[in-house]
Amino acid sequence: MLPEIMIVVLWIGLTAYALFAGADFGGGIWDLLAGRSAAGRPQRELVEHSIGPVWEANHVWLIFVIVLMWTGIPSVFAAVASTLYIPLTLVALGIIARGSAFAFRKVSTRLWQQRLFGAAFAFSSLVTPYFLGTAAGAVASRRVPPGIAEGNLVTSWNNPTSIIAGLLAVGVTAYLAAVFLTRDAQRLGRHDLAEAFRRRALITGCLVGLLSAAGLIVLWLDAPRLLTELTTGRALPLLVLSVVSGLASLPLLWRRAYLAVRLTAALAVVGLLWGWGVGQYPELLPGVTLDRAAATETVLAATLGALAIGALLVVPSLWWLYRTSQRGHSPS
Amino acid sequence: MELSGLPLVTGPDLVAARTQMGLSLGWHIIVACLGVGMPAITLLAEWRGHRTGDVRYRLLARRWAKAMGVLFAVGAVSGTILSFEMGLLWPGLMGVYGEVIGLPFSLEGIAFFIEAIFLGIYLYSWDRLPPVPHLLSGVPIVLAGVASAFFVVTANAWMQQPTGFDTRNGRIIAVAPWAAMFNPATPPQTTHMILAAFMVAGFAMASVYAVAMLRGRRDAYHRLGLLLPLTVAAIVTPVQIGVGDWAARFVAENQPVKLAAMEGVFETQRGAPLHVGGIAIDGQLRYALKIPRGLSLLAHGDPDAVIVGLNQTPKADWPPINIVHLAFQAMVAMGFALLLLAVWLAVSWLRRREPPSSPWFLRAVAVSGLAAVIALEAGWIVTEVGRQPWIVYGVLRTSQAVNPAPGLVWGFVLVTLVYLVLTVATVYVLRRLARDQPVPIAPQEPDVTGFKVT
Ligand code: HDD
Ligand code: HEM
Ligand code: HEM
Repeated sequence: MLPEIMIVVLWIGLTAYALFAGADFGGGIWDLLAGRSAAGRPQRELVEHSIGPVWEANHVWLIFVIVLMWTGIPSVFAAVASTLYIPLTLVALGIIARGSAFAFRKVSTRLWQQRLFGAAFAFSSLVTPYFLGTAAGAVASRRVPPGIAEGNLVTSWNNPTSIIAGLLAVGVTAYLAAVFLTRDAQRLGRHDLAEAFRRRALITGCLVGLLSAAGLIVLWLDAPRLLTELTTGRALPLLVLSVVSGLASLPLLWRRAYLAVRLTAALAVVGLLWGWGVGQYPELLPGVTLDRAAATETVLAATLGALAIGALLVVPSLWWLYRTSQRGHSPS
Repeated sequence: MELSGLPLVTGPDLVAARTQMGLSLGWHIIVACLGVGMPAITLLAEWRGHRTGDVRYRLLARRWAKAMGVLFAVGAVSGTILSFEMGLLWPGLMGVYGEVIGLPFSLEGIAFFIEAIFLGIYLYSWDRLPPVPHLLSGVPIVLAGVASAFFVVTANAWMQQPTGFDTRNGRIIAVAPWAAMFNPATPPQTTHMILAAFMVAGFAMASVYAVAMLRGRRDAYHRLGLLLPLTVAAIVTPVQIGVGDWAARFVAENQPVKLAAMEGVFETQRGAPLHVGGIAIDGQLRYALKIPRGLSLLAHGDPDAVIVGLNQTPKADWPPINIVHLAFQAMVAMGFALLLLAVWLAVSWLRRREPPSSPWFLRAVAVSGLAAVIALEAGWIVTEVGRQPWIVYGVLRTSQAVNPAPGLVWGFVLVTLVYLVLTVATVYVLRRLARDQPVPIAPQEPDVTGFKVT
């Protein structure tokens, strides 16, 4: 039972990272596409205002997931990290460039500095989710065998499934950010910006939908087993949830129901992630089940207990943080 | 995962992985020390400002908070790289022992959440919260910073003194996670580290103001900016030297090879002398100043105690002697130099209620930040290089733990380039922050131009 609880907690962390930090990444992508310095300024300010106070807390979810992996399923962590060390190194470097450039830009006063740091921030916001997505695709398509560096160092993450997963990760983060920013702009009374992001959300929403459809075809050709896992049995309801929420988001956006669309957009992502997890369970890597990979009971009990107590501290604090930052004043 | 099946990796990839780990850790630790120490000193200033109504304290607090915003961002990303590298570079360690040291890292994750959350609140709600709740919102940052330093160093302490697990045929069969976390090396190492963080933060912050004062800005604002952090660091310094002695005794008891390397003791001997300086050449420590029986006395409290020399250990299991020896000398030298500075300040203060007025005092404070950082890095080099060739002392060799995938050298080159750029950018941005005159309304909101500090 403990291994199952642990993997569920891990997946909750992954979901939180995808939703919250994903939206922060997407904010960076819109920063990239906001246009020239003067014209893009209001949009950049909105992005900065929305993610400034929260991005570090959102980022901690990734650390949470990594640490829980090496604690709870150490051999799987070692296999994934060693085989996928190229994309994961690129992810790590992207994270460095993004976080520091964002902080540097904030305190820079000259235009050229803001441009330079802004470019680093925006570019890494695009690249990082792509490589994370390829890594997820590698695991999902069973290209990471157990053992240390046993998989192919290049093709494990350069293959149709990984590429489509990487593109989908970029698309989803951009879409989530556009949806979240629409509501933020509306609350701040910036209806022009709300309209701009609504248009972007609609366009990216359609693109992500097309990409997902293409993804199913790619899976059918490249990873039929994954497709079967997703479309039969336990995972099917979750996949349906994802598709339905994704489709429902578009009319909601059209009708400017910005709060409701936050929910449906998030559900579309949640459905996909949990569909993958449930479909693959109990196998983590080819031939390695959760029970075989899980840490000993004492470790799981101690860690989960500590996390439960920690949650009592963290959850109310997080809620307070989101409250204070959402209440904020308008960007100047 | 089986231990016996792990390949042995040697050559450039192993060197690259070790250097990369050392580089990223050595980089992170500087920012992390500021992340542990600065919030406390900033809160102290904010509290004084609130109590006395002195606007200079309040300005200082805002200034420091703004720098903290940058430092925490850089600390968070450089720390994230480390978590990646634990797997990317050392899968042989994490794949087997990840679960043994997982508990402190999970606890650290909680501390990181608390730290990041309250940092978001503290930095962004300066004008939205009344003064006292705002001050209180900073307290969890301090506690979580100290806690995360504690947790991560327990993991390192375990690598020095592995306890709390059982293996059979190279597989972990039982783990006592709390026993692993509270291993014998935990008390001295964590205490020494946390005090080091306060020393680094205090001396480094004071250095900035000493430089400004040497450039002629000797107003009351700069004086306070120098005195407050310097006082904190000066109080910690003598305690730190006592704790360093404790750490050294611990090493003498539990890691005799490391102690022999630190002191350049090649032959086992009774009543061993303490070596000051010197360099190891051909199995001998040359040019060292010897203090008779000093080492035996310091390490075991008995001038005739036996010190185990390197000759008891096969040469293949020696750590690099000169690196460890010189690093240890450097740490101790910096520690005593900083102690002198602290005593100078204390004497002058007791006599005249004034810091020393000599320009040499300012010059000394100006380099004290650097000295503390050197002591910090040197200390970690003693600990980590002195543990070689083991990654987990006596249990797992570094060469068995490294990722066997080819091409780690290229990863190292790339990471080094990125760190180079990151260093330049960080220093540049922090210098701009220190120089720019306008003081922000709230640390993370755009600057208000024309607001004079003095
Ligand atoms: C400002 C920093 C600073 C200062 C002034 C000192 N140290 Fe230190 N020392 C560190 C910062 C540090 C550290 C934080 O870098 C280390 C590395 C690992 C650790 O736990 O603390 C360390 C490790 C360390 C170790 C190795 C522990 C191990 O391998 O387990 C010893 C024996 C000492 N120290 C001894 C001393 C002595 C005798 C000092 C007296 C002058 C001293 N240190 C001053
Ligand atoms: C932050 C301060 C630290 C510094 C400056 C530091 C420094 C170093 C250096 C220089 C090395 C390379 C040693 C060699 O190969 O000769 C190293 C290795 C390593 N350190 Fe540390 N270390 C620090 C803290 C930690 C902590 C807290 C941990 C773990 C929890 C850790 C884990 C490791 C690992 C896994 C290696 C690689 C294996 C090895 O070379 O033994 N270090 N460190
Ligand atoms: C002695 C060594 C270390 C100390 C004292 C230390 C302390 C800290 C502190 C205080 C922070 C908070 C933010 C900031 O830096 O400004 C931090 C961040 C971080 N550290 Fe370290 N650290 C050490 C070594 C390590 C090691 C070995 C790892 C990983 C294996 C690590 C992982 C992290 C991570 C992931 C973060 C980011 C947390 C966030 O997002 O807020 N640290 N560290």
